[in-house]
Amino acid sequence: MAKVLMKGNEAIAEAAIACGCRLYFGYPITPQTEVAEYMAKRMPKVGGLCLQAESEIAAINMVLGAAAAGARVMTSSSSPGIALKSEGISYIAGSDLPCLILNVQRGGPGLGGIQPAQSDYNLAVKSAGHGDAHMVVYAPSSIQEIVDLTAVAFDVGDKYRVPVMMLADGALGQMMEPVDLESLGERKPPEKPWATTGHGGLRKKNIINSLYIEPEELEEKVRARFERYAQIAEHEARWEEYKLGDAEICLVAYGITARICKTAVEMARRRGIKAGLFRPITLWPYPSRQLDEACRRAGVKRVLVAELNMGQMVDDVRLAINCRLPVAFHGRTGGVLPSPEELLGEIARLDAEIKEEKD
Amino acid sequence: MAELVFGRPKSLSDVTLSYCPGCTHGIVHRLVAEAIDELGIEGKTIGIAPVGCSVFAYNFFECDMIQAPHGRAPAVATGVKRALPDRVVFTYQGDGDLAAIGTAETVHAAARGENITIIFINNAIYGMTGGQMAPTSLPGQVTTTSPYGRNPKIQGNPIRVCEMLATLDGVAYAERVAVDCPKNVLRAKKAILKAFKTQIEGKGLAIVEVLSSCPTQWGKSPAEALEWIRTAMMPYYPLGVYVDRTGGDAE
Repeated sequence: MAKVLMKGNEAIAEAAIACGCRLYFGYPITPQTEVAEYMAKRMPKVGGLCLQAESEIAAINMVLGAAAAGARVMTSSSSPGIALKSEGISYIAGSDLPCLILNVQRGGPGLGGIQPAQSDYNLAVKSAGHGDAHMVVYAPSSIQEIVDLTAVAFDVGDKYRVPVMMLADGALGQMMEPVDLESLGERKPPEKPWATTGHGGLRKKNIINSLYIEPEELEEKVRARFERYAQIAEHEARWEEYKLGDAEICLVAYGITARICKTAVEMARRRGIKAGLFRPITLWPYPSRQLDEACRRAGVKRVLVAELNMGQMVDDVRLAINCRLPVAFHGRTGGVLPSPEELLGEIARLDAEIKEEKD
Repeated sequence: MAELVFGRPKSLSDVTLSYCPGCTHGIVHRLVAEAIDELGIEGKTIGIAPVGCSVFAYNFFECDMIQAPHGRAPAVATGVKRALPDRVVFTYQGDGDLAAIGTAETVHAAARGENITIIFINNAIYGMTGGQMAPTSLPGQVTTTSPYGRNPKIQGNPIRVCEMLATLDGVAYAERVAVDCPKNVLRAKKAILKAFKTQIEGKGLAIVEVLSSCPTQWGKSPAEALEWIRTAMMPYYPLGVYVDRTGGDAE
């Protein structure tokens, strides 16, 4: 297959088009603006539409409308813009609509910065807007993985009728890597008999709605949705294990940070330290059972979480292993990336602790 | 043989509406349903319900319906219309929804000339939440959040939506009507019909602002409320066509 060199922001746009997405609604914000620019160039060539909305709020509601009309649709933004979209995301989740939302994260809070961060883990995983709801959240760590997961994301969204977030960061959005797009092939969205397309006199009217004024009815709707969430948790969790077979120290990291961790693991291994990496690819559902099993299998003694934030994933890791093991954290924030060397320093410190216990 | 000369429009659902006695939402619902029936478009129409008293509109029309977040109906309508350009898409919105929290969505859908129809109910009050000041509440109007009367120096001035939107090139048709008397109801029907035809002919955004009554939150009898539309609202919100760029074909 022919590989092409592409920026992450461009690759996801092209992948979405390959997946049959013909509608993109967005608003410029660094570091994801290339998605909109790429869509603006490409969509008219494939019979699609890229529409620049007046705000992130309008963009996500255009997504809501297009999703209700049965279209494969996406929007993209970066951290502050995603916060603005959270109202719409809640309505989309409450209305059981599928769509793809890309967050090319930057440092926060507030206007923060424009450099890579993972500071929206909680926003994506814990509370995508008000109410009891979830998005499926994918955390790619390479441009090829962005492409591959885009196809998965659209399919999973359509299958379970849920919004899906691609949680990238400024580094993945901006950097270039060779990607194979041809492997996606031609993809088509499934039939959506629930969509509000006009009933044509052929069926009863469809209603897309998130309002249930009777408490019992709303509870029933939420519970039914959580049954689907349970199915998603059972079948859709994704993760990668790297050199965990005999690891005493298990690094847990996602996205761009996981790549730096891999280098740190390599460096540790060269020093004779038994380190490995567990990389969650879905952040919701979190591969909790898989992480716990991997740690048990290997006989892991220390866990080290690394993120581009102040430790937002740490609790999920502690819960996954039921607080059985000490969990250390190394984070950089504000747009700063950790070096493999500083991670190696953390690994070496934990290795010394383990050795001390053995003595 | 008895002949049925008057009945429920086919596009209006056979359910009990949730509106208060004397409220004119019911009249406007009927006019919208009649227009849909007369144009024979029920099967290709998608309606967008707002947040506010008409939030349950998705239960009251027989076409496909979507319930939008507060103020976002024009953006939701944009998404539907861009996905399905050959369908007919209308929003049904109140004054808080359209002219306060959703002002940006309204103005920009209008500026883009989105080929949609907006039915805008202006009753100068927030009905659903219990009578608070609306962006269209009149100077001096007593509401629960302007208990001493709306003071423009403190609470600002009302927004005249049709006048504002008429300045935008994307708006093909903007008319303000009222449903205070049979003559005006017939005029409102004509305007709503034209607003749908404007969309069907692909001419751009059409908005019909309907001066409506809210006896409950105005603290008036239904008859007094209709009188208040005439004596208090109409002087501030004059009826009429504010822009018509349809070239006359849509009549």
